[in-house]
Amino acid sequence: MGLPISRTLAPDGELVSAHDFTVEDLRGFHRDMVLARRIDTEAYALQRHGELGLWAPLLGQEAAQIGSGRALDPDDFVFPSYREHGVAWCRGIDPAKLLGLFRGTSLGGWDPAEHRYALPAIIIGAQTLHAVGYGIGLTLEGRESAAIAYFGDGATSQGDTNEAFVWAASYNAPVVFFCQNNQYAISVPLERQTRIPIAQRAAGFGFEGVRVDGNDVLAVHQVTSEALRKAREGGGPTLIEAVTYRMGAHTTSDDPTRYRDPHEAEQWAERDPLLRLRRLLERTDPQFEEFDAQVQAEADRLGEHLRESCRNLPDPDLAELFRHVYADVPPELVAQREEVRSWS
Amino acid sequence: MELSFAKAVNAGLRAAMEDDPKVVLLGEDIGRLGGVFRVTDGLQKDFGEQRVMDTPLAESAIVGASVGLAYRGFRPVVEIQFDGFVYPAYDQIVNQVARLRFRSEGTVTMPIVVRIPYGGGIGAVEHHSESPEAQFVMTPGLTVVAPSNPHDAFWMIRQAIASDDPVIFLEPKQRYWDTGEIGDEAGIDLHRSRVAREGDDVTVLAYGPTVKTCLEAADEAEESLEVIDLRTLSPLDLDPVLDSVRSTGRVVVVHEASRTLGIGAELAARITQECFYSLEAPVQRVTGYDTPYPPCRVEHDHLPSVERVLDAVAATGEF
Repeated sequence: MGLPISRTLAPDGELVSAHDFTVEDLRGFHRDMVLARRIDTEAYALQRHGELGLWAPLLGQEAAQIGSGRALDPDDFVFPSYREHGVAWCRGIDPAKLLGLFRGTSLGGWDPAEHRYALPAIIIGAQTLHAVGYGIGLTLEGRESAAIAYFGDGATSQGDTNEAFVWAASYNAPVVFFCQNNQYAISVPLERQTRIPIAQRAAGFGFEGVRVDGNDVLAVHQVTSEALRKAREGGGPTLIEAVTYRMGAHTTSDDPTRYRDPHEAEQWAERDPLLRLRRLLERTDPQFEEFDAQVQAEADRLGEHLRESCRNLPDPDLAELFRHVYADVPPELVAQREEVRSWS
Repeated sequence: MELSFAKAVNAGLRAAMEDDPKVVLLGEDIGRLGGVFRVTDGLQKDFGEQRVMDTPLAESAIVGASVGLAYRGFRPVVEIQFDGFVYPAYDQIVNQVARLRFRSEGTVTMPIVVRIPYGGGIGAVEHHSESPEAQFVMTPGLTVVAPSNPHDAFWMIRQAIASDDPVIFLEPKQRYWDTGEIGDEAGIDLHRSRVAREGDDVTVLAYGPTVKTCLEAADEAEESLEVIDLRTLSPLDLDPVLDSVRSTGRVVVVHEASRTLGIGAELAARITQECFYSLEAPVQRVTGYDTPYPPCRVEHDHLPSVERVLDAVAATGEF
């Protein structure tokens, strides 16, 4: 029913439609996806070793995040959820800074203005409205730039997300809604959220919806680039549904064996986003083996950096945090800060 | 210059928009109509549809979009049409607006003003007479203020817009049509309480719509009442309150909101803690009752009246 799924690179590594990526581009995607996966597996292991309280894995969603993240201009602004570690990587955020939230040493970790990457929304769907407001701001300033909101299939049932769709259409806001449909909202399958493909909903709100194979980094990059270009040029919002699969758990506290057929995961393993690009590069890039060895070595160094950084993340000073509740610390908080200091 | 409360807010908004091109207004019916109380009357005509936005009918989005505008460097001033309509936006206010400075360790600021016509006394239907202030006062990161007169309405809205903190700006809707002189200078900071009328016997604490009620009570009372207009509910400015209580030893707190865990509860606790040996009587509270807001034909029995304030004043003399 409904919209076709855009695809450029098939699971077997065959190209099924045209592209103008260079070999360097393809190698770049490969490197980014390998490193994103390494960030994820290292953080997962750190949680299992008790160094993190929680981790939200991106395993399986690397192509959706790298393909879209690499389509962004430096001036575009990202409003992410808490699973977008690959997009954060594309925005130049040291992955070690992603760990603070999950280790309990920070509620943020970076300056959003510096990376043009907001602090992740943990309340589902809240950030879609922030992206729309930011987009309206861009329009008021007459800037040719775009905002992009990342969210999952579960978020499409939230009121905020639907209000964001209404507003983006109404103001023709330069916003790309990037939905990673990973098939599950923790344990609840997509069928409970929607009776039609998510992208098809956009038509009802009055803007374009596109479906893309979310495990095909090339197609994701193509559709996201086009949606961003349209937004920057005054063409209004687009809803992209990247059809993918959460190969791991919702978070490290989750147990997918309670609600998922193991057969399903095996089927999706064959559609692994890293595997298909590797197949293409092995076939078409004579120097791939050498390049890949470099990438693997870089991934090992990144893993070491994450392990080292994680253990060295300092606990915050509770009394110091009192500085950031208001622009000026009010008298009652000054008194309470003294109380904290008297106990520590 | 003498203005009604509503026109004073209007003039304050106009001045703030003239001062700073980053100030934008968002709300339902605030543009062509000028707002259901006409507080934004004429602003869209003079500043254009881009700076005075009639939005789709969605309160969570009004505040949520303001978060994005603030990320972009704007200073959004939003109107929530009526107090009871703020709850769909409550999540964005509490979970996003209030905490982003803290989450980001000061790198993100949210200079958003949420204007809310609030309180009862105008014979309205359900959800149009609420006093939700305590629910915002208990949220760290929000500044909550309630002007009581046209002068404060004009100057406090400008100070609220200039503040780098998010401000819940409560406009007592039953006072919208009261007129008063607007001074040439604010004369007082946004975060300060003020003695509205000096007296010797009993301290009466009020804010927003009940200040006028308490000033009328002071006119009629046999005792000499010191009426303090709190103005700011979060952070509280307790110094004038404590000074007064140390002198009088007797306190009455007056607000329209329900009694349990209202501002009066916090004030009673703080006064007891700071002025225990000065107190001659327990802190008395005159408030709306702990019911949902009643049908408007009986709202005047629900709201604090001059008689109930005088009765509470008398009660402080019985100890």
